[in-house]
Amino acid sequence: MAEGTFVENPDYPIELNDDTLDEAVNNYPFLVVDCWAEWCGPCRMLGPIIESLAKKHQGDIVFAKIDVDKNNKTASRYGIRSIPNLLVFKDGAKAGDIVGAMPEDKLLERINTFKG
Amino acid sequence: MYDIIIVGSGPGGLTAGIYASRSRMKTLMLSSQVNPSLITTTEIVENYPGFPGGISGYELIERFTQQAGMFGLEIVEDDVVSLERASRDSLDIWRVKTGNGSFDALSVILATGTGYAHLNVPGESEYTGKGVSYCATCDGPFYRDVPVAVVGGGNTAVQEALFLTRFASRVTIIHRRDRLRATRILQERAVAHEKIDFAWNSAVEEILGENLVNAVRISDIGDPSKKKTLEVDGVFVFTGYIPNTAFVTNVVSCDEGGYVMVDTQMKTSAPGIFACGDCTRKLLRQVITACGDGATAAFAAEQYVQDLKGSAYSAWAVS
Repeated sequence: MAEGTFVENPDYPIELNDDTLDEAVNNYPFLVVDCWAEWCGPCRMLGPIIESLAKKHQGDIVFAKIDVDKNNKTASRYGIRSIPNLLVFKDGAKAGDIVGAMPEDKLLERINTFKG
Repeated sequence: MYDIIIVGSGPGGLTAGIYASRSRMKTLMLSSQVNPSLITTTEIVENYPGFPGGISGYELIERFTQQAGMFGLEIVEDDVVSLERASRDSLDIWRVKTGNGSFDALSVILATGTGYAHLNVPGESEYTGKGVSYCATCDGPFYRDVPVAVVGGGNTAVQEALFLTRFASRVTIIHRRDRLRATRILQERAVAHEKIDFAWNSAVEEILGENLVNAVRISDIGDPSKKKTLEVDGVFVFTGYIPNTAFVTNVVSCDEGGYVMVDTQMKTSAPGIFACGDCTRKLLRQVITACGDGATAAFAAEQYVQDLKGSAYSAWAVS
């Protein structure tokens, strides 16, 4: 993804990789990155929840997803040992992470604690 | 109002769903977002008939779901909070309350399954997701070329240990006894595997780390003063199960472990509530037994609903 090609207010989770993550973190003031992989059952459960939240909170929270199986650098850089794992970035820095699948309302609650 | 509400979407629940929908019962399945069926995290199921090459647990559930969908099963993702007796149209019904609303039904099938038991040792909750795991298929690939420990000696522990050998440099099975409980074929594979070693007669005392797990301290069961520290990057815990029944223990009779007591027709102590699969008190908790229970529970629930509605259960309706 070249510079300046990020959608302004996506209503869906944007796809990131090892090379585009940093740029996305700098581009969006509040970014939630769903670290997932094909082989992870609970991740597949979380997928539709992330899509739903991206739609409902368009313009407020930007959601992204990154396949950590294909993007090892991101996994090791953030010490990811378990997925699904949501990395929360605020103003260009990591604000926290959320491990494990949970219902939509609980997840939103957890995400909002990082908004400050 | 539904004829039958099925709580849980594992093999037991989905089989009940197939049978109930196919019987044209108005059926709703409430699928938990918090406690996914454990079979979905099982890498390979080798003992379910019809799949001689084995099948992944996730794919098996997808097939069950697809099959239930063909008969019109309605599935809503929502977690049940409570079950209450209520009255509607002068019928005794069950009100199933969830995080987002409530649903009425003439009968309920509990198919809530189990979750993994925790060790309850220092470091466990602190490092959950940071080296402590309850799902090898979810987290195994993050442990490439590093040593890990597996705690437990039953089927799940040994199967997951075997799975982890694909990634980890070494897998140490920590077990409280001096031999495995797992089924013989799994034992043979584990003992023969060059990457697997064993810490027999050992209990986990503490999980140690610095941001991420870097070791586990174990002690000898016979002489707890004998301690050892294993340097591992991951600790996978498979020591047992806890039934997902906390929300119904005040409604139906459960045994001391929280498993729902059922009779041979999958009836619980409460009228109109049936249960099937791993959440019930039973000898063998497997996909195949859950499916059998599920079919029976659906049939029994259907009979109950028909009786309640006062309609004759005529022979032609069976075929």
